[in-house]
Amino acid sequence: MPTVEFQGKSFTIDEDGFIDDYKNWSQEWVQYVKKEEGIDELNEEHQNVIKVLREYYEKNGIAPMVRVLSKVTGFKLKHIYELFPSGPGKGACKMAGLPKPTGCV
Amino acid sequence: MAKHATPMLDQLETGPWPSFVTDIKRQAEFRKKNQEKMNYQIPVDVCEDLLGILELSFKHGRTHWKHGGIVGVFGYGGGVIGRYCDQPEQFPGVAHFHTMRVAQPAGKFYTSSYLRELCDLWDFRGSGITNMHGSTGDIIFLGTTTPQLEEIFFELTHRINQDLGGSGSNLRTPSDCVGQARCEFACYDTQALCHDLTNEYQDELHRPAFPYKFKFKFDGCPNCCVASIARSDMSFIGTWRDDIRVDQKAVAAYIGGELKANAGAHSGRDWGKFDIQKEVIALCPTGCMRYEGGKLEINNRECTRCMHCINVMPRALRIGLERGLSILVGAKAPILDGAQMGTLLVPFISAEPPYSEIKETVIEPVWDWWMEEGKNRERLGELIKRQGFGKLLEVTGFKPDPRMVKEPRSNPYIFWKEEEVEGGWERDINEFRKHHQR
Repeated sequence: MPTVEFQGKSFTIDEDGFIDDYKNWSQEWVQYVKKEEGIDELNEEHQNVIKVLREYYEKNGIAPMVRVLSKVTGFKLKHIYELFPSGPGKGACKMAGLPKPTGCV
Repeated sequence: MAKHATPMLDQLETGPWPSFVTDIKRQAEFRKKNQEKMNYQIPVDVCEDLLGILELSFKHGRTHWKHGGIVGVFGYGGGVIGRYCDQPEQFPGVAHFHTMRVAQPAGKFYTSSYLRELCDLWDFRGSGITNMHGSTGDIIFLGTTTPQLEEIFFELTHRINQDLGGSGSNLRTPSDCVGQARCEFACYDTQALCHDLTNEYQDELHRPAFPYKFKFKFDGCPNCCVASIARSDMSFIGTWRDDIRVDQKAVAAYIGGELKANAGAHSGRDWGKFDIQKEVIALCPTGCMRYEGGKLEINNRECTRCMHCINVMPRALRIGLERGLSILVGAKAPILDGAQMGTLLVPFISAEPPYSEIKETVIEPVWDWWMEEGKNRERLGELIKRQGFGKLLEVTGFKPDPRMVKEPRSNPYIFWKEEEVEGGWERDINEFRKHHQR
């Protein structure tokens, strides 16, 4: 798997740009992913979504359903797309360091 | 000289059926020659590498595509199926081989100029290989690289005025039978309804918000030419509720042999002279037809509108004039808890634009329920199984109707609501003991 260097850190990623291991996540990773995902400036709302995703994953071992993410953050799906143009799966989960979504996508 | 030897695939160039191998080789040749001097945006030898890796799979009896793949375009959560081969050094042309779903026009009627535009775009930015069409209905562009996705999307939308189809946990691309465009059985305008609902629910189609996938399909009559009853979570099947129109002269022409039964569908074999008694009257599932004294009679009250008699004598029998559709819900493939076909929810509903009754009393209440109650990756059919058809009736507000069951339940595990039972559920054992010693 390829590795990328960013701000003195090195990350191992797959073809889709997802990090190899949840544990290797850091704020540098967030900064690295943001430009690929069409995000200019990170704000508190971005960080909030990332925090919710990471806490949910740590507790449950899976990513939350879209509905749960909306409920916990209080952001409607439309707003999540405004924050993360590729959506909660490709955008937010990638940035939060969660494993790549699977299934019939 | 081809890039890879493909002895097994070469065998599939023999025989009378159009060979996909021959076609892909022709496309490989077309790209290599490049007579139009096109500046190909993905490897020129993509088709050759595709055949190469397919040959390898024939040899191994295993797929050579990696697991999953998450790619797409900004603003949408679906529409592109990412794919990477697991032998990228040997077959660099298909290291990236993503599929794009492109929304198709209802009924799949095209003009050559439109298809030419799509092909020009795809030759330039993709493999030139397609699937016309995916099972759900989309035009499928087979094979391109990640950097091309936004480029293709830009040209599709800005130049060709064309959107992507659906993928993921959302409303997938709706599709329909040809309907009134060229079928005398169509009980409503399937293309108009398919198009209208596709436009109405673009948001649900492009940005996954559901527990799992959800499909619409539209059939003009119970013959189900787009198989909505088997292949869609919500199936719209045209029907009528007045009388079948009978042209007795044409009936006589069928009996006299001037008109061919089933429009000549069985002419490949000698089945003898048309026998209306044997081929129509006796095959009617409800036995509601009779032919006496040169006159065909139908007891329409007992007709279940199975289409058999109309299918056999299309020139003599026609659908009624009071038309609409039935809505069935819950069809799905086996995973997880077994295959299901659609179950009748709405026996008859009007299908006139702007279709507000369909949207407001059926689609949206069903979605509200399933989006709230559906578990992760639970199809509507499975939620109906888990929470019960009664719950579905409650949330949609439809009254239970004998037409909603094939037969009543045979087990006696019947739930009652507390308010339906005199005295309710709160009981005191001491009251009981006053009359019944321990």
